[in-house]
Amino acid sequence: MAFSIKRILTVFVLLLAVTGLVVAAPLIKVGIVNLPPEESGYRQANVEDMNTVFSKANGYDARQTNTGDNSEQIAAAMGYIRDGVDYLLISAANASGWDTVLQSAKKAGVIVFLFDRLIQTDPSNYQAALVSDMAAEGEMAVNWLLSQKLPYYNVILIRGQLGSAAELGRSAAVLKARDAGKLKIVADGTGGDSWSLEEARKVVEAAIAAGKDFNVIYAENDGMAQGAVQALDAAGITHGKNGKVKIIGFDFNRFALRNVQAGYWDCDVQCSPRQAAEISSWIKAHQNGKPLPKGIIYQKEMLVDTTTITDEIILKMGINADPGKGVITR
Amino acid sequence: MNKMKIWNYQAFLPLLVLAVLILINLLKGADYFSISIINGAIYGNIPNILFGASELVILAIGMTLVTSSSGGQDISVGVAATITSSVFVRVVLNAHEVTLMTVVGAFLVSCLVGIAIGAFNGTLVAIFNVQPMVATLILFTAGRSIAFLIDGRLSPILANRITNQIGSVIPGVPVQTPILLTVVFIILFSILLKITNLKLYAQCVGINQKAARLNGINPVIVKLLTYIILGVCSAVAGFIAVTKAGRHDSVNLLRFVEMDAILAVAIGGNALSGGKFSITGSVIGAYTIEVLNRTLLRLEVGTETIKAFKAVFIIILMILASPVARGTAAKAVQWIRARCTGIVRLPASEKAEASEGSEVDLSVEKEV
Repeated sequence: MAFSIKRILTVFVLLLAVTGLVVAAPLIKVGIVNLPPEESGYRQANVEDMNTVFSKANGYDARQTNTGDNSEQIAAAMGYIRDGVDYLLISAANASGWDTVLQSAKKAGVIVFLFDRLIQTDPSNYQAALVSDMAAEGEMAVNWLLSQKLPYYNVILIRGQLGSAAELGRSAAVLKARDAGKLKIVADGTGGDSWSLEEARKVVEAAIAAGKDFNVIYAENDGMAQGAVQALDAAGITHGKNGKVKIIGFDFNRFALRNVQAGYWDCDVQCSPRQAAEISSWIKAHQNGKPLPKGIIYQKEMLVDTTTITDEIILKMGINADPGKGVITR
Repeated sequence: MNKMKIWNYQAFLPLLVLAVLILINLLKGADYFSISIINGAIYGNIPNILFGASELVILAIGMTLVTSSSGGQDISVGVAATITSSVFVRVVLNAHEVTLMTVVGAFLVSCLVGIAIGAFNGTLVAIFNVQPMVATLILFTAGRSIAFLIDGRLSPILANRITNQIGSVIPGVPVQTPILLTVVFIILFSILLKITNLKLYAQCVGINQKAARLNGINPVIVKLLTYIILGVCSAVAGFIAVTKAGRHDSVNLLRFVEMDAILAVAIGGNALSGGKFSITGSVIGAYTIEVLNRTLLRLEVGTETIKAFKAVFIIILMILASPVARGTAAKAVQWIRARCTGIVRLPASEKAEASEGSEVDLSVEKEV
């Protein structure tokens, strides 16, 4: 009897070990240091995307820290390195102060990817960074605008938070086109640090009150474009597909895309918060022995206007709540 | 004497500033006051200012009351408005059909939330004697996350006819709705102050809490009440802001408005340390801030420098409004008057000097 029990036990233990190996082996350990979802609609979509892609079902053992505090982020990253993650993904609250973390990751053999936000450090300190190319977004919008063959281009430029990467990149294209004599900036304002709808509205109201002749509104995010359009509506100035003023927004909020679809606005440029799938494909390829990309990699982003927009784009690529087909958000 | 009274009158300085700003605007273009009818509603610079400042005016009124009774400021008003308006949006969107009744009902629910927020802040300040700024810092930090959760993690859209008309124009009414709502609010508030002793009680508590208690006024209840009223003000401001915007953006709705509301109270000539107050002053202060913002845009001050200009202007304003500057100015006016009226009425002017000197001193004491 005792012999058979021993035997059964041995078989049982062996079985456990085998199944344990089978289950444990493919899980890739990933640490994600991100900003909190309540920071913006962009971040909400970003965090959600990270959660869906880096899931157990996809073969990941992922842990995520969401905080807007740089020192908390650094502490979390250090913790992940100590825990022996294979890959560390960082979207930094602050561009500086990360050198120690990156050095210890290197020592521990942890591969670091940056997403959405760059860090001021030597490129050798991380593997690759997947970010939006704000300058390319701006160029895309300006190229679209210049292809509209308007008799003249008098632009109201509404900038975001001055000095932010998005503001610098998106403004640069307009300023370049102005310097090349392709368009005129008749008013240059900003929605301030909160990319404020109200401030944008005031900028356009001031331009209208000053009797400025303009036919383009280039607002560096959707909220400010909305504020600008409110000012036009109140002043009885037509806009959109068959109107006088062309409306350009950024970020692919679903309400903005519905406005484009309805011809209420003209064009919207994507700023994609969905980096997870691409980073995951790098990791999977790396697991199969293929080399990883190196340095700054830009995401492929798109522009839609009233002719190219589809429901599929709105549902798949948009961020934030969808007001529904045909609903205009004024 | 008459001139002196005007100088000491609280609303004089904000009115003077407003007048200077308007003059600058007129110099830039004589059509500043021009008004036209567009889509059945009055359109022009003045309606734009009234429209743009509506939330700020309402918050400044509530802030004045809180400042008076508790000698401190509530820095969570913008966040409170974001929370109340997220509840408003939630209730409206959960209704099967958006009718005027659901909107009014949702607004009342959001007012209840505002009362709860006010009671929370008020309890901390009145019962636990926490510094107002510290007490309200709690919501200031956590509030937008709460609103974000109420929103269901997305910024919901309020694309329906009724809330859109509340945020812009009701057909057939020649004035934009937020302006009307602000006017109604100001009228209701002045009636409240007229028919109740609220103003007197708040001032008593703010000037000397112990003396107020000895006179049968319960400072705890008065302070709590002022915070609850501010909570309602936040709910109204949030309602206007979200109907204007047409969607609830928990991150950016009324962001940084608390600072402007406090500034409006200060520009209105109210001591931020509490005590006597003038609602009129705060309202003028709020409109002054709005006019200032728009003046800088009208003058096409560079995008990078616009904040610096605003800061310089406000520093000058604050120095002018300070008790020291007021005292000096009063003395200067006196000196000039003494020179002008000359030797003939010397005894009379001397008498005036004595009495006015003490008046100035008194006001300094109060404000310290």
